[in-house]
Amino acid sequence: MTISLRGLTKVFPGGVRALDSLDLEIGEGEFFALLGPSGCGKTTLLRSIAGLETPTSGAVAIGGADVTALPPGRRDVAMVFQDYALFPHMDVTANIAYPLRIKKVPRARREAAAAEVAGRLSLAELLGRRPGQLSGGQQQRVALARAIACRPKVFLFDEPLSNLDARLRLEARTFLKRLQDELGVTTVFVTHDQGEALALAHRIAVMDAGRITQVGAPSEIFHRPATPFVASFIGSTPMNLLPGRVVVGASGPALHVAGAVLPAPPGLPDGEEVVYGIRPEYTDLSAAPREDAFPGTVAVLENLGTSTLVTLESAREGGDGLVQVVVPEGQEPPVGGAAWAVPRPERALVYRGDRLVGPRGGPA
Amino acid sequence: MTGPAAGTDAAGLGRARAVGFVLPALVLIGVFLVFPALWTIYLGITDYRLTGLAAADPRVVGAENYTTALGDDRFRTSLWLSVQYVLGSAVIGQAGLGFAIAWMLRGRRGPVRRLVEGLVLLSWILPSSVVAFLWIALLDRDGGTLNALLGTPGAAWLLDHPMLSIIVFNTWRGTAFSMMLYAAALESVPPSHLETARLAGASTLQQLRDVVLPRIKGHILTNMLLISLWTFNDFTPFLITAGGPEGRSEILPFYVYTTALRGGQLGFGAAVSFLILLINLVFALAYLRLLRNRNRDHDHDHDRDRDRDHEDAALPGPGPAAVPGPAAVPGPPPAPGSGRAPASREAAG
Amino acid sequence: MNAVRHALGRIAAAAFLALAAAFFALPMLWLASAPFDASPSITVSVPEFTLANFRAILDNPYALGSIGNSVIQAGGAAAIVVVLASLAAYALSRVRVPGRDALLYVLLLLSSVVTGTAAMVPIFELATRLGLVDTHLGVVLVVSGGLLPAAIFILKDFMDATPTSYEESARVFGASPLQILRHIVVPVVRPGLATIAVWAVASVWGGFLMQYILLRDPAKSPSAVILYTLYTEGGQPNLDLISTFSLLYSLPVVAMYLFVSGRYGFRLHGGLKQ
Repeated sequence: MTISLRGLTKVFPGGVRALDSLDLEIGEGEFFALLGPSGCGKTTLLRSIAGLETPTSGAVAIGGADVTALPPGRRDVAMVFQDYALFPHMDVTANIAYPLRIKKVPRARREAAAAEVAGRLSLAELLGRRPGQLSGGQQQRVALARAIACRPKVFLFDEPLSNLDARLRLEARTFLKRLQDELGVTTVFVTHDQGEALALAHRIAVMDAGRITQVGAPSEIFHRPATPFVASFIGSTPMNLLPGRVVVGASGPALHVAGAVLPAPPGLPDGEEVVYGIRPEYTDLSAAPREDAFPGTVAVLENLGTSTLVTLESAREGGDGLVQVVVPEGQEPPVGGAAWAVPRPERALVYRGDRLVGPRGGPA
Repeated sequence: MTGPAAGTDAAGLGRARAVGFVLPALVLIGVFLVFPALWTIYLGITDYRLTGLAAADPRVVGAENYTTALGDDRFRTSLWLSVQYVLGSAVIGQAGLGFAIAWMLRGRRGPVRRLVEGLVLLSWILPSSVVAFLWIALLDRDGGTLNALLGTPGAAWLLDHPMLSIIVFNTWRGTAFSMMLYAAALESVPPSHLETARLAGASTLQQLRDVVLPRIKGHILTNMLLISLWTFNDFTPFLITAGGPEGRSEILPFYVYTTALRGGQLGFGAAVSFLILLINLVFALAYLRLLRNRNRDHDHDHDRDRDRDHEDAALPGPGPAAVPGPAAVPGPPPAPGSGRAPASREAAG
Repeated sequence: MNAVRHALGRIAAAAFLALAAAFFALPMLWLASAPFDASPSITVSVPEFTLANFRAILDNPYALGSIGNSVIQAGGAAAIVVVLASLAAYALSRVRVPGRDALLYVLLLLSSVVTGTAAMVPIFELATRLGLVDTHLGVVLVVSGGLLPAAIFILKDFMDATPTSYEESARVFGASPLQILRHIVVPVVRPGLATIAVWAVASVWGGFLMQYILLRDPAKSPSAVILYTLYTEGGQPNLDLISTFSLLYSLPVVAMYLFVSGRYGFRLHGGLKQ
């Protein structure tokens, strides 16, 4: 089922504008992530699709049919809540079978259906237990089973992994991806964890202040973030975002950024202020001075396991402080020594105001 | 994220149905609680009587009842006895004894704690008619256990010291609430604070003064207000002395009962009732103000001190649970006598 | 030196606790001994064991009936309070009714201010005019009206502590508001409902003033009032009857307390509000 949102706006009593005339198309069978910092409106958007929030204006359509006026129970969606919302007084069977109980499926049939779904999610041993007797991971699977049992057209997950501890989260992530693959049901999930969104989703919408800043496949979002905001939000180590200026010289335009002279994308006027973005992973370290590198002093080394994050303190007066570089293990520079961070030009991103202006036709 | 979303009709009840849910309770409260309170004001300015001419056709007499009451020696004595009763049995008796027991039991587990707490609670939950008779038996002139114990046969406690008797009685009756509240408050004092004070060489008294009291100030004030309010409205000792002998233990609730319902002066009794309402109002407003301030502090503290927040949440007085009295007492808070939830009008217990 | 002071402190604490325990136990000893004594006196003594006093209760015209009256009045009030308070508390907790905060504030205020003591005159008048004097219904309604505000408060607290995601989840599955109430809300807040029920029963069971004012007919009076008449009727109080009846009448509330404290823990914190 496709989901389409048209001009969706939600203003809460008190004036908070959680969604600001937002348009979005989600395709059939897609695993779709709503990503953003807390307060960006992503949960409100998910709840609007579920029908738990009534939009102030705009429309929600599921499978081509307008459902804006329908109550949540008639939209044929299933939602898994952040706290799972398993009913504490019902055992696992009763929880999974609850949607079927509402649909007046006879007890024997709905319990059989619950047992069948539970079996697929390796919950068969736990059918008689209460939610309080389950681990976090088991609770999550019961919540998923309950959503699956009612065979909805759309799954909605609110922060599905955030209540699990770190190790379990990775396992559950793989499990979730596989499950969605198997079921092929259109699934929308909300997360504030960029790694989760990149790992799970077919497509991601990055949200900020009630609007969608960028929609795209994970690699697109990762490699060509549309704004400095998206750039700073995506990636396990934050991207270096450095202020720079265009200088048009005899040999054409160049960017002067934190002590480095770098190639500039075409079409920028002389003196234009830009933001130069380069991921620490796409920056190399040089022990010898280079013109196309940021000079600095090695301030901190952070061991990341197979690599090390090096923080350089800019040596230059007026430089913006810190530049980070990821170096392979065994190649750490000495702390306190001088070093030069060399950005790989084909990975560099140049923003003018809030817009990505270069490089054109770079890797996507 | 759920901030603005939460609390907006999670079950899809709808406003009309919500009003329908609230209405029956409001009607009952309106008829049997609000209306009587308002009617008290009206009756208080009439000469309404239970029988006779003024029963059929009551006359509005203005402030006459109030001037009569304020000029009446018996009323003034009664008011003074009520003040003694509240100060003696609630502020000194229940709060003092309750704190002392909670302090002595802190950190203790096992049978001693269970025995002492059990006895204190039992005196709180027994029906008032029963405890009243138990005390009559205890203080009896001829065969009373107390005289047998003290070797003072023939000492007529209820006749010679009626106020002292009911003050001690009410201390016995209502200490449980203070004890439980202070026990909870003491548990909310982080052990690390006491340990810091001990490491600095503070004596027990210094620890109490410098660490414990500042921390539980709010609880103390809450407790004082609530038990004073309840004790002031307590009718239970009527079952022991009936206000006698010669009105020497006639606290205000008995005074209203005897003049209005026994003596038939309903209008006059209502006027005195209204004075009681006003005094209650002062206590209740003070209590609510305290709650609000505490709640506001809580909001500020929220992030800094989440643990304490949780701890306080279940306390009756302070904390986000804006609930009066034993509201948050999980068990059956029959709170008879003075230690009763403020709502229960059978304050006689 | 310190050790001596420490030991003295412990002895003082133990002595204090022993005295306190004695103070609280003393009046109750009689209740434990007299009902089983063949010839009870007002002094506590080791009983000459018998159960004959319990048989005497059966012969009293009002004693057993009054326990029935207590059951009717306490049960009726508890039922009304639990049903009406939970409906109101649920709506107030979940729906933003205009003026809700002001309403709650006024309720809280009223519940503390309008006590039986302060309102006995108009309540007696009201009951007389509505023909509710000498009826169970009168006692039940009057007492319920007084218990409701606090009950709404306590229950609203329970409801507020229940995550809304339970209801939302059920709603997404298509449950109607009434189904949500029946399947989800009531079972989840059952400890709260039990608390209110027990609290209401205990309040009415032990309550005296309203029952005393509203009931004239001993055949309708609850145990609280009958017991009082037993020992205030002139002449010698009938000790074997009073003691035995006191015990019978006290047992239900004590049993209820033990049940609840065993189940939820009778403490001011930690208990139910989890």
